[in-house]
Amino acid sequence: MRRRSLTALALAAAVAVTGVGCTAERHWGGSTAKAGSGKAKVGLVTKTDTNPYFVELRNSAAAAAKANGAEFSALAGQFDGDNDGQVRAIENLMQQGVNTILITPSSSTGVLKAIKDARDAGVLVIALDTATDPSDAVDATFATDNFAAGEQQGAYVRAALAGADPKLLMVDGTAGASVDTQRHGGFLKGIGLKDGAPEVKGRTNANGDQSLAQQGMENLLQRTTDLNAVYSMNEPMGRGAYAALKARGVTGQLVVGSIDGGCEGVQNVKDGRLAVTVMQFPRKMAEQGVLAAVDYARTGQKPAGFVNTGSTTITDKPMPGVPSKDTAWGLENCWGGTT
Amino acid sequence: MTTVNGARERDSPGEFLLRAPAVGPALALVVAVVVFSLSTDTFFDLDNLSTVVQQSLVVGTLALGQTLIILIAGIDLSNASSMVVATLVMAKLAAADTNGFVALLAGVVLTILVGLFIGTLATRVKLPAFIITLGTFTGLTAVAKLIAGGQAVPVGDGLLQWLGTKRYLFGGIPITYGMTLALIMFLVVWYALTKTAWGKHVYAVGNAPESARLSGIKVNRTVLSVYLVGGLCFGIAAWQALGRTPNADPNQFQLGNLDSITAVVLGGTSLFGGRGSVLGTLFGALVVAVLRSGLTQMGVDGNYQDLATGALLIAAVVVDRIARRQQS
Repeated sequence: MRRRSLTALALAAAVAVTGVGCTAERHWGGSTAKAGSGKAKVGLVTKTDTNPYFVELRNSAAAAAKANGAEFSALAGQFDGDNDGQVRAIENLMQQGVNTILITPSSSTGVLKAIKDARDAGVLVIALDTATDPSDAVDATFATDNFAAGEQQGAYVRAALAGADPKLLMVDGTAGASVDTQRHGGFLKGIGLKDGAPEVKGRTNANGDQSLAQQGMENLLQRTTDLNAVYSMNEPMGRGAYAALKARGVTGQLVVGSIDGGCEGVQNVKDGRLAVTVMQFPRKMAEQGVLAAVDYARTGQKPAGFVNTGSTTITDKPMPGVPSKDTAWGLENCWGGTT
Repeated sequence: MTTVNGARERDSPGEFLLRAPAVGPALALVVAVVVFSLSTDTFFDLDNLSTVVQQSLVVGTLALGQTLIILIAGIDLSNASSMVVATLVMAKLAAADTNGFVALLAGVVLTILVGLFIGTLATRVKLPAFIITLGTFTGLTAVAKLIAGGQAVPVGDGLLQWLGTKRYLFGGIPITYGMTLALIMFLVVWYALTKTAWGKHVYAVGNAPESARLSGIKVNRTVLSVYLVGGLCFGIAAWQALGRTPNADPNQFQLGNLDSITAVVLGGTSLFGGRGSVLGTLFGALVVAVLRSGLTQMGVDGNYQDLATGALLIAAVVVDRIARRQQS
């Protein structure tokens, strides 16, 4: 008896969960709204919905949509690199009848077919944050020039070394991801080195995970502690690397750089854990994306090409020849929150 | 033991491995340490060895609970997500100025409750552990993200970081309290498994639940107790994780469940239940960390490190299979 009631309960719960899923997907219904009809329906697809960067992007887009009288729906992949989840999100948004999709593609090539289907159906597709490959797979791209952001970090580190030869350890993100590759390449150009140069004393992939970055750096430090520069692809990994450097007692001799401009990262620069970070502006990407969607719904005009939303070097120790802002400015303009 | 013309033969290698499943992984560990010590001038260094052990603490503690669960022919796919939720609960409570001990307790109670939930479904509703924990894995991953709300939560509380920050020297080797606690936990579980009636019940239930029931063992009670002890281990793994990285982040340990299963299987515990040891798991967890550390110091690309770990895992399962075939 008891077993039967438990089974029934489990079944009821399963039905309830499925039911909720359905209503969440169907709340708009209808076919794709035509351009020029005036009403903007904007769908946003981010890589995940947990990273503070994408939370900022989503909240900014939602606010901009509200301010401009556009309908708005946000979906996301489950993890960075979840192409399949993003394809499903695009299909869902099509089902909901959006006329613009803003997407931060998980990989520059993984979702191209779904994007093409959407564009063929008359939907304006704008890439935010991450460019597609080829870049004209979408109508337009509003993003940080990640190569330039990497280059700024590299140029700062080069200047901070004050003529000393770089002895560099690199904490990379996910192997093969386009943003990671661009930042890596940009950094090396900015510091004036090539991949495989003897000045690069070691590198580790940490997939954006702070604890993996810490482990990777611990292992690299076992290889050498004779270093003066550390590259990190984003701030959580910069913090992980710093923990290992501090435990090893080698932070005094080092210039640690990062990219992102999250409030916690700017705070890390202020505290001296990072010498420099390069801020990007997700709010700008989201607002400009929504404005373009509204414009498209009203006039049928599509934006085109790459729109660089810019990046700004944040440090409290400015270097000659490297334009930068201090952390006070950084904390006013950062994204996410300090907890 | 095979006999020929009444005379006892020496154990075949397979039989030896069956009786002492921790020997294989211990050998693998020794070989790896020796190879890396000879091939790099940096690996064999007391600080580095201590670091490698610290790197394996979280997965090792997860794997300790996972070993018990796999011994009863169960599996827990949700252990790492349960742990991540616990780190977030601990960090959030501490950030709200809750006493560190209360925060810690809340996290551990939470993982035990998850164990109670899984154990109850496994024993009362007779659902396969794989399905239950697949569901709890998905649900808890979502809970972690909901709690975090897109923000990692830094941990300032001393007690929550204590396992990673406090250390002392033992024979020149830096030992953290986290390492000490893990060692104590492994010893306690080893004792419980090998010297108590409960331990014998665990093996019996894993080998043949029906025979165990017929011989008077309360199978359901044993299974439930294993999931509860597992939950306790996962809560302590959360404490270990905050000691290592004082930052609770829902995006960490996404593969922790699989990493713990890897350590258990590398440690010679059979996925079919009833055979294995926590000692093997200890070596299994260490082997993975040693490989990562040694290969990084040799400058080997991360993808090749994953390839090596995967190959070793398959080799371990092949050894398990061959040993079982020789037994039958």
